[in-house]
Amino acid sequence: MTAVIEVRDLTKRYKDTLALDAVSFDVEKDTIYGFLGRNGAGKTTAMSILTAQNFATSGSVRVFGEHPYENARVLSRICFVRESQKYPDDATARHALAAARLFFPHWDQDLAERLVDEFQLPMRTRIKKLSRGQLSAVGVIIGLASRAEITFFDEPYLGLDAVARQIFYDRLLADYAEHPRTILLSSHLIDEVANLVERVLVIDRGRIIMDETTEDALQKATNLVGDAAAIDAFLRGREVIHRESLGRVSSVTFVGGLTAAERGEASAAGLELAPVSLQQLIVRSTQHATHAPASEKEEVAS
Amino acid sequence: MIEEGKPLFVQIAERIEDSIVDGSLPERDQAPSTNELAAFYRINPATAAKGVAMLVDKSVLEKRRGIGMFVSDGARELLLRERRDAFADRYITPLIDEARRIGLSPTDLAALVREHGSTPQASPDTGRQS
Repeated sequence: MTAVIEVRDLTKRYKDTLALDAVSFDVEKDTIYGFLGRNGAGKTTAMSILTAQNFATSGSVRVFGEHPYENARVLSRICFVRESQKYPDDATARHALAAARLFFPHWDQDLAERLVDEFQLPMRTRIKKLSRGQLSAVGVIIGLASRAEITFFDEPYLGLDAVARQIFYDRLLADYAEHPRTILLSSHLIDEVANLVERVLVIDRGRIIMDETTEDALQKATNLVGDAAAIDAFLRGREVIHRESLGRVSSVTFVGGLTAAERGEASAAGLELAPVSLQQLIVRSTQHATHAPASEKEEVAS
Repeated sequence: MIEEGKPLFVQIAERIEDSIVDGSLPERDQAPSTNELAAFYRINPATAAKGVAMLVDKSVLEKRRGIGMFVSDGARELLLRERRDAFADRYITPLIDEARRIGLSPTDLAALVREHGSTPQASPDTGRQS
């Protein structure tokens, strides 16, 4: 696997806040990443530094093996679709797409025009006057049609309804299949993107807490529902991530999976196995109750 | 009940197997491509490719260079044998567990199976061997 982005000990400090705390990770070529985490976890800061729109306090960033800062060779190959992209006051969507067409060497004008139709984007209205969803559509269209070798989508669909988001996911998959490239998709709608992303990169309080294939991540935890006492007996010695109870029934999420034999035992004991969704797994890894259970503390220690 | 917990690529492979077993994807026919599967199930193409690779390993599908994936000769028979072997674990064991929980003996269960099995069900699988 070739890494197109290499981040080493990247730290970003804003006055009293440590936005990124000595973060290291690689991004593999031609892979769709889910870049996930809570608001304020450091996602946008990391993406801004990778695209040379912000400076690191310390640490190193390499994109295609080079420093991205003021480096046209690198910057023409990456596209950053920001959640709150600013456009000139009198710009229309037509202007924004025309500028993008000049900037990105692999720009696909046919694709851009098809997407404009599908998202029903008014081209002659000033961007200032567009709705939140239409504004997001401008970014999504630029991100897809740019065909940049690395594309960052930072919460690209604020205000997009379910139909428009589905169009985005479908076009993203179809275009990626024909033109493989690296995509970092930051989203709060984790279950919506879980099947689209090959790898997950989870950032929490300025640190990377998960960097693996989506499939491996989903194998990390299992959920068991049934009689509380029976579950406790069954799960003795296992690391419990989360527990909810309703009367005598408990729903317990624990680390690891079960062998076929153990599944048989669980079934015989009247316990039901349920998969843990990516969203549940990430919520449970990044929620910080003031009294986190002991098993959680190791992960979230700050 | 644990079906849902299977990795996505396994579920994709099983969907393809289902259509081979029920005859809607006959042997020697071209199987859907990775990109078609990815678009249809709305999944990452790498996941679809992994499901297809699993079926190639099992000799259910075979790759013809430059053309695509095809259903192998004998694939259906192979899958039927595999499913019959797994039948007890997959269906009978949970059935007996639940029967025991609600106080039905294996004899009661056998009687129930006989009773329901003799009720004509809608559209039996025409391709199934007896």
